[in-house]
Amino acid sequence: MNNTLKKCIKYSIASISISLLAINAYAETAQEKGLRIAKEADARDAGFDDFTAHMQMLLRNRTGQKSVRQIEIKTLEGKGEGDKTMSIFNSPADIKNTRMLTFSHGLKPDDQWLYLPALKRVKRIASRNKSGPFMGSEFAFEDLGSQEVEKYHHTFLREEPCANNWTCYVIQRTPAYQYSGYTKQIVWVDKQEYRPVKIDFYDRKDAHLKTLTSSGYREYIGRYWRPSTMQMQNHQTGKSTTLQWTDYRFKTGLTARDFNKNTLKR
Amino acid sequence: MKKINAKWTFFYATFIALSPAYANDISGNISLEGRYFSQDALHTGQEDGGFSLSLQPEFRHRWDNDHKAFTFIPFYRWDDKDKERTHGDIRQLDLTVAKGDWEFQAGISKVFWGVAESQHLVDIINQNDSIENLDGEDKLGQPMLRASRIMDNGSLSLYILPYFRERTFAGVKGRLRTPLVVDTDQTTYESNNEEEHVDYALRWNQTFDAIDIGLSWVDGTSREPELRVNNTSTALNPHYAQIQQVGLDLQYTGEAWLWKLEAIRRESNTTGYNAAVGGFEYTLSGVAESAADLGLLAEYHVDSRDEQATSPLQNDIFLGTRLALNDTQSSELLAGAMVDIDNQSKSLRLEASRRLGDNIKINLEAQIFMDIDSNDLLNALRHDDYLLVEFQRFF
Repeated sequence: MNNTLKKCIKYSIASISISLLAINAYAETAQEKGLRIAKEADARDAGFDDFTAHMQMLLRNRTGQKSVRQIEIKTLEGKGEGDKTMSIFNSPADIKNTRMLTFSHGLKPDDQWLYLPALKRVKRIASRNKSGPFMGSEFAFEDLGSQEVEKYHHTFLREEPCANNWTCYVIQRTPAYQYSGYTKQIVWVDKQEYRPVKIDFYDRKDAHLKTLTSSGYREYIGRYWRPSTMQMQNHQTGKSTTLQWTDYRFKTGLTARDFNKNTLKR
Repeated sequence: MKKINAKWTFFYATFIALSPAYANDISGNISLEGRYFSQDALHTGQEDGGFSLSLQPEFRHRWDNDHKAFTFIPFYRWDDKDKERTHGDIRQLDLTVAKGDWEFQAGISKVFWGVAESQHLVDIINQNDSIENLDGEDKLGQPMLRASRIMDNGSLSLYILPYFRERTFAGVKGRLRTPLVVDTDQTTYESNNEEEHVDYALRWNQTFDAIDIGLSWVDGTSREPELRVNNTSTALNPHYAQIQQVGLDLQYTGEAWLWKLEAIRRESNTTGYNAAVGGFEYTLSGVAESAADLGLLAEYHVDSRDEQATSPLQNDIFLGTRLALNDTQSSELLAGAMVDIDNQSKSLRLEASRRLGDNIKINLEAQIFMDIDSNDLLNALRHDDYLLVEFQRFF
């Protein structure tokens, strides 16, 4: 065989494989691409084991009146199950030391226990009310819960420039779980590190209800990106809530024993 | 080298020993309470409503990722009418140490068991501070040693309770009391060791998916005294018997339904009886397009002693509603009626609270006794309808 022919065959194989690749990419539906992006974002956040952080909630009503809540958050990564989260309330002062323990599950309702320090009582509470406000804020319980991939149906919409000169995937996700307060959410995730930059929430009447903007992202232990500020603006009431996250610590050695209804009382 | 090590060990041990002394977290509340009674007092010597001031600072220190905790919570109340209600207590003064699957606690503390809302039947470790409130939710600090084995979604705990606390009662001038005053200076015990009798308790609890179950066993001095008329028929003397009690508490948690059951079997040298409370709470969330939750509660109470029961809840039904506005001020309301099925005696109660600003909370409590049968245990309280307003300043 002469060299020219060899080259010819080589080129045609290459061009065939290139066109096959193109067909493959083309064959991915918007749903498949949306799911792939959601899975990639989830995979990149996997393996953190546990983290603790301090969360300050600043609530503002339409007239600008402010009210503050201080909450310690501890999260244990679920291996093959949902994450476990403990929230310890430090203010307002009347609910100081109140604690909430949540075992999140994908589509099944979460298990939730509330510890009331005045009575030293641990109460198992029904967690159907996902759309209810968390601590009187603009965040619903479902906004703060662990965002398992199977909780939503994802659809890729487009790519476009977003905050910080990043390029974002724009994904529409519709809740797959029951009793959500939303018909859909539009999520902007940056292409580089899969950080959620913005989420638009649409209420049960499909009207634009809220926008969540996350900023001040920092990378922890060389891998996990977390925002320092999360601002939730309610477009219908004019109220807003800003979360300030500080003191992030990863792999602190927490175990399932620290996320037990019997150890809520410590 | 050895010397330095010893030095460091000493330093470290001293630090550990002293660190609870530097409570790094001080909080608490000071509360002003006013009580108004709509009817004249029924019993001789009783006075009308009045004011009361209470103080409860809380010192906490947690370290080692919350695996070690020191807590000190003293309490004091001044009452302008009833000198018995002017009292103090150490609600908590204890040290908790968690290590792996184990948790140990030593000191004065409080323990709550149970699931029901309108009666706390299974809850037995702490004595009622009933001069504070008759709802059984104010407790005296109990000296205890506890060892718990923590398991997946459950635990097994052993309690050793080396000292007994007597129940508090209203004095001559106090409202919500028996016709004869309880004389706590004339207390008697079945045990020769009196208040130094060592009580034991065991409790196991576990979560199985939607079900939370608890089983408890207690052997010791009854928290509930028998009130005996004294020789001169001028006062009631409390007598504390030795009892054994087995308790069960069970809750099924559905998406909107909570089903609850508490049951006990109590035995002493002279009697034995069973009692239970069971019912549900159904929550409607986001009522009327708002953020509010509305709960509907029903609980049935039964006691095998029937009319001989020392509790008024021998065949009674509780119907109630709970409203939580889920607003910035955490406004809440709980209203309910307890109805005696045998004699139609009714006791109505309302509790409401709301935060004012960041640090003040206002609490309202109203209690009305209606159609009280002359044989009902509530008969002595039939003139004691009251309205209580409390301002709590938290710090």
